[in-house]
Amino acid sequence: MSNTFLVGNGGGFSGDRVDAPIPVVRSLIARGLPAAMFFETLGERTVALAQLERRRDPELGYEPMLERLLEPILADCVAHRIPILGNFGAANPAAAGRLVARLALRLGLPDCRIAVVTGDDVTASIALDQLPVHEADDSLDMKSARLVSANAYIGAGPLVEALRQGADVVVAGRTSDPALAIAPLVHHFGWSFEDWEKLALGAACGHLLECGSQVTGGVFWDPGCKDIPDPWNIGFPIAEVTAEGGLVITKPEDTGGIVDLRTVKEQLLYELHDPSRYITPDVVLDISGCSVEQVGKDRVAVHGLAGHPAPDTLKVTACFEGTWLGEGEVSVAGPNALARARATADVLLRRMEMRGLPVRVRVDLIGVASVHDSDDGALWRAYRGPEPPEVRIRLAAEGNDRDAVDQASREVLALLCCGTAGTGGARWRVTPRILTRSYLVLRERVPTRVVTRAAREMAGQEVAGATSRAV
Amino acid sequence: MDRIELPLHAVAHSRAGDKGNRCNLSLMPYDPRLWPLLAEQVTEARVLELFRHRGATRVTRYDLPRLQAFNFVVDDVLEGGVNGSLNLDGHGKTNSFRLLSLTVAVPRELAPG
Repeated sequence: MSNTFLVGNGGGFSGDRVDAPIPVVRSLIARGLPAAMFFETLGERTVALAQLERRRDPELGYEPMLERLLEPILADCVAHRIPILGNFGAANPAAAGRLVARLALRLGLPDCRIAVVTGDDVTASIALDQLPVHEADDSLDMKSARLVSANAYIGAGPLVEALRQGADVVVAGRTSDPALAIAPLVHHFGWSFEDWEKLALGAACGHLLECGSQVTGGVFWDPGCKDIPDPWNIGFPIAEVTAEGGLVITKPEDTGGIVDLRTVKEQLLYELHDPSRYITPDVVLDISGCSVEQVGKDRVAVHGLAGHPAPDTLKVTACFEGTWLGEGEVSVAGPNALARARATADVLLRRMEMRGLPVRVRVDLIGVASVHDSDDGALWRAYRGPEPPEVRIRLAAEGNDRDAVDQASREVLALLCCGTAGTGGARWRVTPRILTRSYLVLRERVPTRVVTRAAREMAGQEVAGATSRAV
Repeated sequence: MDRIELPLHAVAHSRAGDKGNRCNLSLMPYDPRLWPLLAEQVTEARVLELFRHRGATRVTRYDLPRLQAFNFVVDDVLEGGVNGSLNLDGHGKTNSFRLLSLTVAVPRELAPG
């Protein structure tokens, strides 16, 4: 057992830079220490969108970039015994496992061992209406709500089991984000699942790395104020964890980005509420007494982490079909642009009234006030600043009636002829929305299953699956 | 003491995160000597005022003196959150820079040059 273990992250959300894992794996190999890679590609609603995808095609419903992410690194990781873990199985870990198996065969790796972790999908196994509600979208009407997906956030346990079975790739669905980092650490160091201090270390490691570049300069750089080297090539993070409880965040040497006290502090507090109670399925992490120390270039040590016993319950997030969202935009520019934009906004609201469409609407003046504004446009109405060179007018409409929402967004399109002088650049679209409600369920009620097979065996299962579908 | 008014952006940095209809905003001064000053001036009430037009109902500030940071949790600010909001930024990721537009009075010798 080596005293130091490296954890690398290759993706922080579905949509992240697909070439990010390559320098991370190169760096892990060059350092020659035992290591693991993980990918966190599953947002709260991503699993619902993946479930809808799976309904359309039973062999889909996993991370769409999975093959693109793993192809350049899989052979190197297998050769150097660097297991890859990810929740990239999304709504269909079994199909994702088969995809990885096919990829492995194509790369000449028939013995690559792939683990598929299931059990997080509780849609069929648990009656949600009997569970205590944790949090819910206000607008969700349970009488008419149609369930899309229900998944429990499972912990590191089954991921550790997969590593014990010798998995080179662990394909999971809805895991807690930190579990993806906790699992290889528990497996390597042999930590107990009741050693709260050690699990807290793993949870902090996972929390800091789970958003990829967000700890190495992503959503951090602010030109002239917080500059980073080569923001087009930000290195994704690597954590060094020691048996004694040390945690250092760093990144590959040959990349852009930065790891300093500022990036680590921003990510430590990201999406955190009470800093003494960051709840994960494996441990309650407490960073209230935490401090950070720069211990080298792009190297920051994290001290003072504490852990409290894991909760008896797991969080289940259920996603329901929501309303329809319609959006339309047009631009105005040049002399008198602000007055034309304001008048356009007023006309759009007047049109909604005239046509009596059953939708909730909002108008933004992009370039004057939008993302910081309220639904009633308090900020752009009060704006008395300088004349903007251009303004983009945006209408957003929401409702249960798709046609009414579509008609509302098409009112923006009509401005191409009926609008103010010099109106152009219209875009409009209608998209379905998802609503969520989360519950707490006793962890015993969420049994998990781990199946580990060599690629040659797992790829074969795909043929069987395809045959039964054809029948 | 001679003080100058500055936007928080000149002396501190921030990142926003979301959970449902809540937004959390971290706030860290670049110069640790400014932490007590921010603790005094960037109050829950002032931050609530900054987001009241969006429907914010409550702000809770968690102080992390060892990290020289603050964590503000703003309730009901996301107009329904990413699933319900009509705002382009349903996650409220841009809210960190609204916080950084708040002004603070900083002693001249601690103001950035």
